[in-house]
Amino acid sequence: MDDRERLKLFEQAVLPHLDAAYNLARWLAGNDHDAQDVAQEASLRAFRFFGNFRGENARAWLLTIVRNTFYTWLRKNRPPENTVEIDDETLAIEDASANTEALNPQFADADVVRRAIAELPVEFREVVILREMEGFSYKEIADLADVPIGTVMSRLARARKLLQKQLAAEFNRGAQP
Amino acid sequence: MNCQQAKPLIDPYADGELEAAATLELERHIHDCPACARAWRNLQSLKKTLKQDSLYFNAPMDLRRKVKAELHSPLGTKSRWSLPNWNWLTGVTTGLATACLALLLTLMLLRPSAQQQLTDEIVSSHIRSLMANHALDVVSTDQHTVKPYFNGKLDFSPPVKDLAAQDFPLIGGRLDYLDGRSVAAVVFQHRKHIINLFVWPAKEADSQPAMLASRQGYHVIHWSEAGMTFWAVSDLNEKELMEFARDLTGGGN
Repeated sequence: MDDRERLKLFEQAVLPHLDAAYNLARWLAGNDHDAQDVAQEASLRAFRFFGNFRGENARAWLLTIVRNTFYTWLRKNRPPENTVEIDDETLAIEDASANTEALNPQFADADVVRRAIAELPVEFREVVILREMEGFSYKEIADLADVPIGTVMSRLARARKLLQKQLAAEFNRGAQP
Repeated sequence: MNCQQAKPLIDPYADGELEAAATLELERHIHDCPACARAWRNLQSLKKTLKQDSLYFNAPMDLRRKVKAELHSPLGTKSRWSLPNWNWLTGVTTGLATACLALLLTLMLLRPSAQQQLTDEIVSSHIRSLMANHALDVVSTDQHTVKPYFNGKLDFSPPVKDLAAQDFPLIGGRLDYLDGRSVAAVVFQHRKHIINLFVWPAKEADSQPAMLASRQGYHVIHWSEAGMTFWAVSDLNEKELMEFARDLTGGGN
């Protein structure tokens, strides 16, 4: 396969997922400028590693590279942030969601939701994006994030509890005069 | 099923990841338990909330344009991050090095070397052996069966080693044709991956295993030892294929 062919194949198979790459980078990095940097670098890396791509799931493959690129970038550019070990303490909130009324999406203002997602620790944020926005299975997320399926499940459950708590609090605040 | 058993199943159920038997039990429990029913409704509405289109960031045109431009530029695909704290000197050096490398690459690409042609041939041969389902002419995990098979079919006797202990079991061998001659293909397996090891005599100096190329997802490692040339090819990842080559040459670096 010559270089031109390789580029053509790459443009057909991988570039259609640039939206997904940017979306993940944007949610991980938190702003447009850094997200563009990460997504661009990841796309170029993907092209260089295209030989290793086995033609299975181009979107999952590209997002794996985006994720790795982001963590490389994070180590270089930011002091360790909320990589706090989230343990059962955080889960004292466990039953908070059960006591709140069902959240009606019509009342959940996009900005409020955006803020709630952005406030999640990054390990939680990524599983939420990969599951809810990209629709990946637990297995695919586990492969992508290089963690056991059990970890994916517990992170996802905890992330959802935190989001429900946050959104319920906002909702109640909004409901008060 | 009680609430304590039901709770951890609600998330996988909402994600369509719960097996059928548990799904039935959970549905029965949710039907009878108002608290779990509420948790289930809350989760569904959260999922809907998170799927709003307005939360998805589409790639800006600008990014699309930059990526395309870099991919198409001749020096394009180099990482801009390889030097985090570059000053002007390393900048110039990198520039020169990149230019040299680009020149070298261009020269190499213009005229495929004999080695590249051979590498292509080896990858094609590997793929053919997998597609036609004729990877093996002699099926045996015993090196003392595989080795004699080649006697009388080749004018040399390829070394055949079993690496079952290293998790690369021998599964057989066949004759193949490469570089204008008949060669031995000794076939190994690692998990689900097939490794073809091509061997023939060659007048080359001994060399250590070196990763030569990755084509269409296949890796090729080459080395020479005692007047024989060895080419290992597989879709196995580079690291494991290199381990295989090292185990075969007697291990170690």
